[in-house]
Amino acid sequence: MDATPAPAYVLTGETGDWEVVIGLEVHAQVISTAKLFSGASTTFGAAPNSQVSLVDAAMPGMLPVINRACVEQAVRTGLGLRAHINNRSVFARKNYFYADLPQGYQISQYELPVVGEGKVILDMPDGSSRTVGIERLHLEQDAGKSLHDQHPTKSFIDLNRSGVALMEIVSKPDMRSPEEAGAYLRKLRSILRYLGTCDGNMEEGSMRADVNVSVRPVGDTGLRTRCEVKNVNSVRFVMQAIEVEAQRHIEIWESGGTVDQETRLFDPAKGETRSMRSKEEAHDYRYFPDPDLLPLEFDDAFVENIRATLPELPDDKKARFIADYGLTPYDASVLVVDRREADFFEAVAKGRDGKTAANWVISTLFGTLNKKGVGIEDSPVSAENLGKLIDLIADDTISGRIAKDVYEIMVETGGAPDAIVEERGLKQVTDTGAIEAAIDAVMAANPDKVAEVKGGKEKLLGWFTGQVMKATQGKANPGMVNDLLKKKILG
Amino acid sequence: MTKLTDLTIAEARRGLAAKDFTAVDLAEAHIAAMEAHAGLNAYVTPTPDTAREMAAASDARIAKGEAGAMEGIPLAIKDLFCTDGTRTTAGSNILGNFVPPYESTVSANLWGAGAVLLGKANLDEFAMGSSNTTSAFGGAVNPWTRAAEPDRQLVPGGSSGGSAAAVAARLALGATGTDTGGSIRQPASFCGISGLKPTYGRCSRWGIVAFASSLDQAGPMARTVGDVAIMLGAMAGHDPKDSTSAPVAVPDFTAALEQGVKGLTVGIPKEYRPDEGLSPEIEAIWTRGMEMLKDAGAETVDISLPHTKYALATYYIIAPAEASSNLARYDGVRYGLRVLDEGDGLNDMYCKTRAAGFGAEVKRRILIGTYALSAGYYDAYYLKAQKVRSLIAKDFKDAFDTSVDVILTPTTPSAAFPMDDEPTDPVTMYLNDVFTVPTSLAGLPGLSVPVALTEQGLPQGLQLIGRPFDEETVLRAGRALEKAAAFTATPRLLEG
Amino acid sequence: MSLDKETVRKIAFLARVDVPDDQLAPLAGELSGILDWIEQLREVDTSAVEPMTSVAEMTLPWRDDAVTDGGYPERVTANAPDSQDGFYLVPKVVE
Repeated sequence: MDATPAPAYVLTGETGDWEVVIGLEVHAQVISTAKLFSGASTTFGAAPNSQVSLVDAAMPGMLPVINRACVEQAVRTGLGLRAHINNRSVFARKNYFYADLPQGYQISQYELPVVGEGKVILDMPDGSSRTVGIERLHLEQDAGKSLHDQHPTKSFIDLNRSGVALMEIVSKPDMRSPEEAGAYLRKLRSILRYLGTCDGNMEEGSMRADVNVSVRPVGDTGLRTRCEVKNVNSVRFVMQAIEVEAQRHIEIWESGGTVDQETRLFDPAKGETRSMRSKEEAHDYRYFPDPDLLPLEFDDAFVENIRATLPELPDDKKARFIADYGLTPYDASVLVVDRREADFFEAVAKGRDGKTAANWVISTLFGTLNKKGVGIEDSPVSAENLGKLIDLIADDTISGRIAKDVYEIMVETGGAPDAIVEERGLKQVTDTGAIEAAIDAVMAANPDKVAEVKGGKEKLLGWFTGQVMKATQGKANPGMVNDLLKKKILG
Repeated sequence: MTKLTDLTIAEARRGLAAKDFTAVDLAEAHIAAMEAHAGLNAYVTPTPDTAREMAAASDARIAKGEAGAMEGIPLAIKDLFCTDGTRTTAGSNILGNFVPPYESTVSANLWGAGAVLLGKANLDEFAMGSSNTTSAFGGAVNPWTRAAEPDRQLVPGGSSGGSAAAVAARLALGATGTDTGGSIRQPASFCGISGLKPTYGRCSRWGIVAFASSLDQAGPMARTVGDVAIMLGAMAGHDPKDSTSAPVAVPDFTAALEQGVKGLTVGIPKEYRPDEGLSPEIEAIWTRGMEMLKDAGAETVDISLPHTKYALATYYIIAPAEASSNLARYDGVRYGLRVLDEGDGLNDMYCKTRAAGFGAEVKRRILIGTYALSAGYYDAYYLKAQKVRSLIAKDFKDAFDTSVDVILTPTTPSAAFPMDDEPTDPVTMYLNDVFTVPTSLAGLPGLSVPVALTEQGLPQGLQLIGRPFDEETVLRAGRALEKAAAFTATPRLLEG
Repeated sequence: MSLDKETVRKIAFLARVDVPDDQLAPLAGELSGILDWIEQLREVDTSAVEPMTSVAEMTLPWRDDAVTDGGYPERVTANAPDSQDGFYLVPKVVE
């Protein structure tokens, strides 16, 4: 744990204050061309059962053969989570019956996962950091899909997803607030996307979370019974589920009851969790090593080869942005969430003032992207043009105020700032004669105000500046206007 | 001239090459024999039309000079090997109507070598049994009978009982079997033929209905050791579709056959004389086998495989545990039987389908296996068994590392028993596999060779066990035993 | 080790095999007999023994990440007891 104390998230009940203890199990779909144990395609949205091999349909006598890329992706993810990589791990069968589980078991890893302990550093909004431990990461098969709304008495089974590789990433129960859980999920997603091991799309189900929640009186160190809220599919829902589940536990404990360890489902519409106990009934997964597969083994060189291809990860990038560009930790953490955004920022910042570049990207560009609902890859303003715009301000070609207008035109037209400034005659006026003429006109029209300034009310100078800027349609260089005004009125 | 059905595979290959007869002649002779002896119930699904087509294609290849190693050889295929477009039942009601859209690697290898499919051979349901009586299609019948009771039907052994009966009764020149705890060797011994369980990993398991994945191994069954060697060469080979298939080269198993046993050391494990005693008759046949090998120039040494007595109990945890999981896929969703009554939910469908689809022995093993893996019992049963299995494998390794080239034991503790005198107690029934199970647990090659007739006039085999992937030495020693034993007796069935 | 009827009922449900009530007791007897016989393994000292993972002395082979299979929904549903529009059909699952 970091020295930084956990942000206080305390729930006040009738008997006192409670703390919530949260652990997450994230199922992340591995990016691969073919499935974990078969050569069928993993692409999304194909016709039912068209991406199903005889192996995926669990035909008699079919056998699994592991996909090298999936192993590499798991190791790559492990390295990204700064985790211990197990050079020997074992696939086990998790036995249960379900309509979309064709083998009657899921091939997973139980006692010996491919990745052991690691950590994820959370970037909290106040700029502080928290560390959440990773317990393990293992590879397993996804199940198929059941459709229940096609027929009054039947469910339809599509096995296209059956056998797609998943990584189950299990955190330690290190989180203490819904915000931390949200930050953990966002950070994990960011790391997975940097690594290219999972696309992180929770809406499409390629990342889903099971949330383990328990509560305890503030000050207690022991853990109380936890409940697992299954298959929550957005960051927001995870945070909501924790809130309502924690509240439910507190009410039970405070009314003298005990929380049953069970699996629950979050209903976002009703804002509550409900028991899945019926499904849970008599579950006994009977794990045992899959005799169709030998232990998964690789040497250190295999791991090192993967390590050599790792990209710069968000934490390192953040540190570098702080050091090289003088950014605040918060700005840096915002910029590194998405690798393409970080790259965009660097292209803008290259050879320019980092803080200015960060301000433009975070405050202005991200606002534009949000409004338009597009990603950085579809930004109407290119990094090159945004950089040029900053240059035009820096060399006094345009004022900061005009720059805002130029930016808006760039967003509309996608044009280059220098051309826009040229075409529309937006260049800053730095001709002393022209500015003096404008000042003279304003002074002539407001002799009473001139007198006031001369009488000591220097604050009014600002008013004069505004009038002169107005008269020049904002193009006059504000610094020069100020200097000349002072000279002319005060002498 | 010898009847075509009496030929060995080696003889048939020569006859076909010499154009003495055609593959179609050979197939027709066997189809006729199959019809004449349909009462043996050796085949669950005879495929005469397929046989004729394949034989005609073989004749065409022979004419073009493109004959493969098994060209035109008509075979029975145990109905555990999936055959593309031909019903594959595993001897079970639950797969009673299953027509695979794929071909097992081993059978595909045989067809690639030119072999001809006569039909799918009867077996114990999901290969679980030692008598073939657990088949949903009724037991296959042993063509042999006791001298004193010629009308009393005997079991052919199991689980590859239909394969053994077909080969012994001249309803095929050879057959595929699978062996999980003795399912090739025990029926071979009961039916007076040779059968080899190769090293685990030698033959691909892809497309063979799984019983116990860590033990299942396909192998050849034929009337001579030489034929076994020919067939093994065609069946074996690395298969990238089976993660446990060994990436080792397939030697010419026939090459070393006649090299004799001079200089070989043959181990005689004392634990195969169990405390409860070995029948004097079997003991005598075993001793005779030792003498034969010694006379042929081998040296015999007494060895100890101290954990042998625990092999059977170990096996009856591991095999059912794996089976309970392997057979979970028979759920009535994607293929096979479905029992579904009005208003039933998914679990009702599962429970009814599996209750109706599986026979008593299969259910018994599924339940034992489920229990052995269940929470709280895993360590005491499954994990314990896998530890004892390590010790059993180590016993063999120590023996092969320090002193012996091959091990000689009886194949079975008794000869074939009457169908109406099958033990009703499962444990007594399991004792049939007492001599074959240790080899399976250790993954080693084991060959049963018929050596003598018992006093009742029934064949009895001896088992030769070898080092991993040293089938060559096993076959060589088996050939020496075969030569010395000169076992020429045939089932009375063939005399009429 | 003796199994009671309730345990057999539980195991049978885990394995999804219907066992009629009147067969629970006989089956419990049979299974107990087998388990009693298996109890002999307790005699073996396995305190320093690694469990067998596989008799195959080789490492797990890997395949390349390429689409080499699938694309035949009619083949995978050909044997299905009930199917429609390429789907397998089962009695409605209530979540």
